[in-house]
Amino acid sequence: MINTRAGSVVFQNIKKQFGSFTAIHDLSLTIEPGQLVTLLGPSGCGKTTTLRMLAGLEHPTSGKILIGGKDVTMLPANERDVSMVFQSYALFPHMTSLDNVAYGLESSGLKKKEAREKAEEGLKLVGLAGMGVRLPAELSGGQQQRVAVARALVLEPQVLLLDEPLSNLDARLRRQVRTEIRDLQQRLGFTAVYVTHDQDEALAVSDRIIIMKDGVIAQEGSPRDLYEAPASAFIADFMGEANVVTCDVISVEGADATIRIGGLEHRVPSRNAKSGPAKLAVRPNSITLEPASDAAFPGRITHAAYLGDHVEYEVETSTGRLFVVDTAVERSLAPATEVAIGFKGRGIAIING
Amino acid sequence: MDNRNRRLDIALTLGIAAFLLLPWYRIEGGFLGFGWLAGFPGEAAVAPGILQIFGSGRFWLAIAAALLAVATAARFVRDPMRRGTLLASAGAAGVLFLTLQGLAIGFSGWTWTISETLFGALADGQPSMGAGAILLSLVFVLIFSFGLAERGVMKGDAFVVASIATLVFLVAIFVFYPVGSMLVGAFQDFDGSFNPDGFTRNIQDSSIWSLGCVVGGERCGVAWRTLWLAIMTASGSTVMGLAFALVATRTRFPFKKGLRLLTVLPIITPPFVIGLALTLLFGRAGVITQGLSSLFGVEPGRWLYGLTGIWIAQVLSFTPISFLVLIGVVEGVSPSMEEASQTLRADRWRTFWRVSLPLMKPGIANAFLIGFIESMADFGNPLVLGGSHGVLSTEIFFAVVGSQNDPSRAAVLAIILLCFTLTAFLAQRYWLAGKNFATVTGKGDSGSHIALPKPLSIGVHALVIPWMLFTIVIYGMILFGGFVKTWGLDNSLTLDHYERAFSVEFRDGVLAWTGVAWNSFWTTMEIALISAPLTAAVGLLTAYLIVRQKFAGRNVFEFALMMSFAIPGTVIGISYIMAFNLPPLEMTGTALILIACFVFRNMPVGVRGGVAAMSQLDKSLDEASLTLRATSFRTIRKVILPLLRPAITAALVYSFVRAITSISAVIFLVSAEYNMATSYIVGLVENGEYGVAIAYSSMLIVVMVVIIAGFQLLVGERRLRRENRVAGVTAPSLPLAQEKTA
Repeated sequence: MINTRAGSVVFQNIKKQFGSFTAIHDLSLTIEPGQLVTLLGPSGCGKTTTLRMLAGLEHPTSGKILIGGKDVTMLPANERDVSMVFQSYALFPHMTSLDNVAYGLESSGLKKKEAREKAEEGLKLVGLAGMGVRLPAELSGGQQQRVAVARALVLEPQVLLLDEPLSNLDARLRRQVRTEIRDLQQRLGFTAVYVTHDQDEALAVSDRIIIMKDGVIAQEGSPRDLYEAPASAFIADFMGEANVVTCDVISVEGADATIRIGGLEHRVPSRNAKSGPAKLAVRPNSITLEPASDAAFPGRITHAAYLGDHVEYEVETSTGRLFVVDTAVERSLAPATEVAIGFKGRGIAIING
Repeated sequence: MDNRNRRLDIALTLGIAAFLLLPWYRIEGGFLGFGWLAGFPGEAAVAPGILQIFGSGRFWLAIAAALLAVATAARFVRDPMRRGTLLASAGAAGVLFLTLQGLAIGFSGWTWTISETLFGALADGQPSMGAGAILLSLVFVLIFSFGLAERGVMKGDAFVVASIATLVFLVAIFVFYPVGSMLVGAFQDFDGSFNPDGFTRNIQDSSIWSLGCVVGGERCGVAWRTLWLAIMTASGSTVMGLAFALVATRTRFPFKKGLRLLTVLPIITPPFVIGLALTLLFGRAGVITQGLSSLFGVEPGRWLYGLTGIWIAQVLSFTPISFLVLIGVVEGVSPSMEEASQTLRADRWRTFWRVSLPLMKPGIANAFLIGFIESMADFGNPLVLGGSHGVLSTEIFFAVVGSQNDPSRAAVLAIILLCFTLTAFLAQRYWLAGKNFATVTGKGDSGSHIALPKPLSIGVHALVIPWMLFTIVIYGMILFGGFVKTWGLDNSLTLDHYERAFSVEFRDGVLAWTGVAWNSFWTTMEIALISAPLTAAVGLLTAYLIVRQKFAGRNVFEFALMMSFAIPGTVIGISYIMAFNLPPLEMTGTALILIACFVFRNMPVGVRGGVAAMSQLDKSLDEASLTLRATSFRTIRKVILPLLRPAITAALVYSFVRAITSISAVIFLVSAEYNMATSYIVGLVENGEYGVAIAYSSMLIVVMVVIIAGFQLLVGERRLRRENRVAGVTAPSLPLAQEKTA
């Protein structure tokens, strides 16, 4: 039986330099036991470096790392109680999948026989019972991925690390495997740190998401928080596309604020906004378009693209160009049409950064 | 912590054992003879370190004991950082102290006057280091590494730190210390005292630097002759190599397979054999000379003995190497470039001169420099063909072994030679670095190379076909020559030479190896067999560290290793003699010095092969293994080595074969007890026993072919059922081309 011992992770003021380049500036974070936390960000943001420091494959320049309450900052990778699923899977090509899964168990000092029994269980857990005799080259991409997960899980680590585990799979398989990983994590209850640059994937699997940019945490929170209340234009744009426009906050009443954009007034959550000019993040599908020649907030369509289940428009307005997604495919607006712009209730947020 | 204490305990135990249980100084009869057990531990000559301190008045060894005690005490320090610092300092101090005392105190007391004035005269000196002293030095290196690892150096990986430290230590002893001793040797008298006379006399010697041949006098100095020969050989072999490469890739030449076969030849041919075969053809008693003389009455000349002969032999010897380098370059020029040129209305001629050839230029320059270094370092051919018109490498040899016996002169000549080759090496490394256009992009260039323009095609065929025939004749001579009674005089066939060299008899039911060659043959096999796995292991370990580990000074480390390859064998030979003839390390006349020489001379080949193969292994495989709780040692054993099997085979075969064929360094280091095949053959040639020499040479070639084939069968197969689907692990060929190119 594969047990798990969910451990917590704490980073205290971690800094990492490669030569003169600073990859991570003063990073502090805490991950609760049993959570699946995603590190999300564009390439070069330091998310993979963070994961590798947790694994012990890189050592921080300064700061402390605790796993399960124990200081592991100076421990080499092979003495840490974590295991990792690699982006390339890194299955040993000269060993069968069973040998691959048993490898870590044997390294930890288990007898060959016990290690194999446990490895069989690991393979069964990921639905590959009986495939142990195959070499990695004889497995499909999805199966290789599962072997990699099994190999990491049988060690019963306090924390499982996943470095872009889905990036080598095709789009259809990706959805299925990410569901499997999330199920497994919920069922066994282990702590997992998941690195990806794909926000859909992050939204789908995470308890909590940490968005990183240029070596610092840009924002952290639940998937819903990040999507609906982005802290900055960067996050708004990174978590699904967003139009970032300027507006005027007219009045604030408790949790709500009234804003004006063009001649249009709209109520949004206030999020500590003050009266005066502010920035607004608007999701493309929160904008409505109606053909009209004289409107409170007028615009003019410059491009239209029909994409089957929705139409994408680019609309020229007084505050700049807006990107709009309209699901009303039966009605297609031609370029040069004058439109009145309106807002739906959700997907609009004042941002502070 | 347990793990850390365990490895430290082992090191400390070894250190204490080295001090208490092993003879501290060198045993005259050899350590492995175990004759010392009889007198141990009481006799002063075989006493362990502890008794040397108290019994023989070698009180300075107490410092080493004290440092070992410090390390032992550090084991019980709780704070990991302080413990690491303490261990590292004790280890470093230990290594330094042992080295210094070894260098400073010789047989009869202080070797340096400065220490004598500082500390006063010593009553007694000390012999060379023995098992105890050497083991303790290594233990100090280990303690030093463990200390650093505990302080988090190299991510706390003790195996990696210890490997780096040990390798640096060994390279320092076996490469830099000898070369350094040689430099010092240039300024020393026989008794070791400082005397710059020899240096000044030799460095100004007109027989080295004379420009007589240019200004109309007689001969030029040996330095200029060597340089001239090297330039000519490099030009010749590069032109021939390029012609071969063009024929192999851009024409419809029917014997391309045969051309490829050529590339194996230099690996298995002892370096002087070409010269030997040439004398059988063109020497005064040679077949062709005799034939011409009887047909046309041409007086048999001595033209072969001198630079011309050496040049022909060297071009023959090094053309295959140049071919190997250039074929990669010529193939690497992307066909789409040539196709693009053609669509831009350039004809074949213009395409070749304006596109293909400029793209090959850096590769050609590289081949030239390799030919240059090889020619400079070549010892065998000049020895056989040089006569009185020597080159630097042979002059060095005669300066020590001949009647001159002037080590200072040998050192000066060696320094000059070293300057030439290192300049070429540095040029190759920095001037050509990054200038290679002919790279394989991995984009799957389709298209095919265009054919050569007609006149050029005729030209290269005119070069290649006669040369190929010539090479075949030469190798035919080598194989056939052993069966002829006396060249030129009595051309009847005979088995006498083989019988003399390789006869066996049954005496009293016991097989007796009565042939004259057996002794050196078995010594050669034994030493090659011992040094091959060591070379491969050291080379691959180094490759692993260079490719997989980032550490301060990694580039310097790699550079220093590769540089040792540019040091000509003659220079290595002379420097080993100068370094290992006196305390602190005395190894001349033993098998050990031959093994050390082979390991550190041939290691760069293993490194090259290993680096090439390891760069193809995804780094995440190692990391995966580490996160799966494996130590880096286990990672190497279980993951990297199995995937590197082809590179291992190549390194093993190559170092084995090189140990058999090399002559230049060996000839200085052989002794009556440990004579190697090559130096034995050279001895035969010097005595004029060509028949036996050539019989022995062809026997060596056959043995090597058999061994290479055997190795391939034995370890060549990898157990990956679907090899072609394992991405990124391809079998590299013998790394001869890579070894010199990068």
